[in-house]
Amino acid sequence: MNRPKKKIVLGVIGSDVHAVGNRILAYALEQAGFEVINLGVMVSQEEFIAAAIETAADAILVSSLYGHGELDCRGLRARCDEAGLDGIPLLIGGNLVVGKQAFPDVAARFKAMGFDRVYPPGTAPETAIAALHDILRMESPDDEYPHDPD
Amino acid sequence: MSTPMILIDFGSTWTKVCAVDRLKPALLGTSAAPTTASSDVMAGLRAAQDLLPPLPGLADAPRRACSSAAGGLKMIAIGLVPELTAAAARMAALGAGAKLVKTFSYQLTLADIREIAALRPDIVLLTGGTDGGNTACIEHNARCLAGCQTRFPVLVAGNRNALDSCLRLLAGCEAYPCPNVMPRLDQLDTTPAQEKIRSLFLERIIRGKGLSQASSLLDSILMPTPAAVLAALVLLADGTGNQAGLGDLVAVDLGSATCDVYSIASGEPKGSQVMLKGLPEPCAKRTVEGDLGVRHNIDGILETAGLDAVTARSGLDAGQIKRLSAELARSPGKLTAGQDAARFEYALAASAIEHATLRHAGRLETVYTPQGPVMLQTGKDLTGVQTLVLSGGPLIHAADTLGLARFALCAPSQPLVLKPRKVRVLLDRSAILPAMGLLAGTDPDAALTLLKKELISVGTVQQETGA
Repeated sequence: MNRPKKKIVLGVIGSDVHAVGNRILAYALEQAGFEVINLGVMVSQEEFIAAAIETAADAILVSSLYGHGELDCRGLRARCDEAGLDGIPLLIGGNLVVGKQAFPDVAARFKAMGFDRVYPPGTAPETAIAALHDILRMESPDDEYPHDPD
Repeated sequence: MSTPMILIDFGSTWTKVCAVDRLKPALLGTSAAPTTASSDVMAGLRAAQDLLPPLPGLADAPRRACSSAAGGLKMIAIGLVPELTAAAARMAALGAGAKLVKTFSYQLTLADIREIAALRPDIVLLTGGTDGGNTACIEHNARCLAGCQTRFPVLVAGNRNALDSCLRLLAGCEAYPCPNVMPRLDQLDTTPAQEKIRSLFLERIIRGKGLSQASSLLDSILMPTPAAVLAALVLLADGTGNQAGLGDLVAVDLGSATCDVYSIASGEPKGSQVMLKGLPEPCAKRTVEGDLGVRHNIDGILETAGLDAVTARSGLDAGQIKRLSAELARSPGKLTAGQDAARFEYALAASAIEHATLRHAGRLETVYTPQGPVMLQTGKDLTGVQTLVLSGGPLIHAADTLGLARFALCAPSQPLVLKPRKVRVLLDRSAILPAMGLLAGTDPDAALTLLKKELISVGTVQQETGA
């Protein structure tokens, strides 16, 4: 049986115009069987939240490439809670901070801000897809198709 | 041989009649008489028709009418997120020619339900959720509407996954299914809902209002007046298969209680440096400013524009303005006399046009990014529109129409507002827009020819270059 696809709200947060990675990620997620609500670049926290409410999204995947991610993402989890999106998985990846900082520190800071998964620059889409499967407790894609009775 | 047709607009105060020859095509005459909605609108119609010049074949000429009498088409729109489905529902209702009395977002409360019951809407448009999206909110709201004391038709045009459950919840009510007004986050689909609104208006609402005993007269009413105006403007902009239209246009219909603004233009961003944000808007867009009317909403205009602006535009002092607005509020039907009153009316009309078009048009915002400044556009870019149609009593009778038209343009102090920059101004001097919208249904070529002939060009205005 064709189960409804899981819905992922995707976008590049803040005043960030990096469009290429966003397109690649959207394509990869669609190919992996997700329904992608791609908000594109320069997306505000409010837009992520409004889109997730209206579409009843299963997760929000935030990208940030320009080093201001920490500022842009501050309070996103609290706003999600406030908007009734309690517990919605939040994932983020990209060049999240400026300067040379150890990634484990960066990841810890973003997790403290309420993100479920935090990824360094250069992460392959497959990593995010696997994480989404894990978080959303999806079975492996092969099981989604009916088995041939013979 | 003459082939006359009678086109009627049952307005809230005036019944306007327009006789046309469809074949020639020619405008044979226009007239108006007070609407008699409290007894039978037939009386007012007869009175208006008696004022037409005597013409052969007029007595048994076919009739087509639009109506905003007896409150017009009173609607309430309900959505989920204010900027998304609630805005989409709002646009759908306004585009259908409704008088939108209230928009609700999120889950309705007991107080909301009481308010809805008290407002006695003709139709409630219930939306919420993209297809496959949120179902909880629209189901909650359907349940609330089912428990409402007042009865009204509910059009369910939200998330298709919640359609069946909503119809079940509304089983005791008159509920109609409709495709989602916002099937996807980046897509509006208001036409099916608007068609359903129109058919409900024809089948139920017109008869329910007790406008007339004459069944044939009621059968001739085809749409709410604003829908007829929108149809005329779409025809004027787009043309027909045989005749080119005028291209993108903006229209302002200024009345005693409201100011309607229409735009027929895609309004897409100009240049690759501009990014479009927010909800997509329909090509034929109507907005209504219920707080900007030059008789019944003078306070609204003063509040919006500010006393300083009205003082500067009229040359009157605050005391005179206070006295004149009290006078006009007391007797809204009275024609104004005297120079002070005329200057005051000019300032009111100018301010209403300025702010109604400001709310209708899109705007740009500069965002500074590490890659340099980026322009974000929300709403429609109307800067390239070259035609402005003006309609409504206060504009038809204005002494300085071109002076007023300038307020529909972008002001030098607001360079990021996407209002038109330079337009040819057409004045609907005989108030034929609704009639031509009606005629467009059967004889689009005749209607377009008449529009081009009867909308009088009063000149061209251009944005002031900032000092």
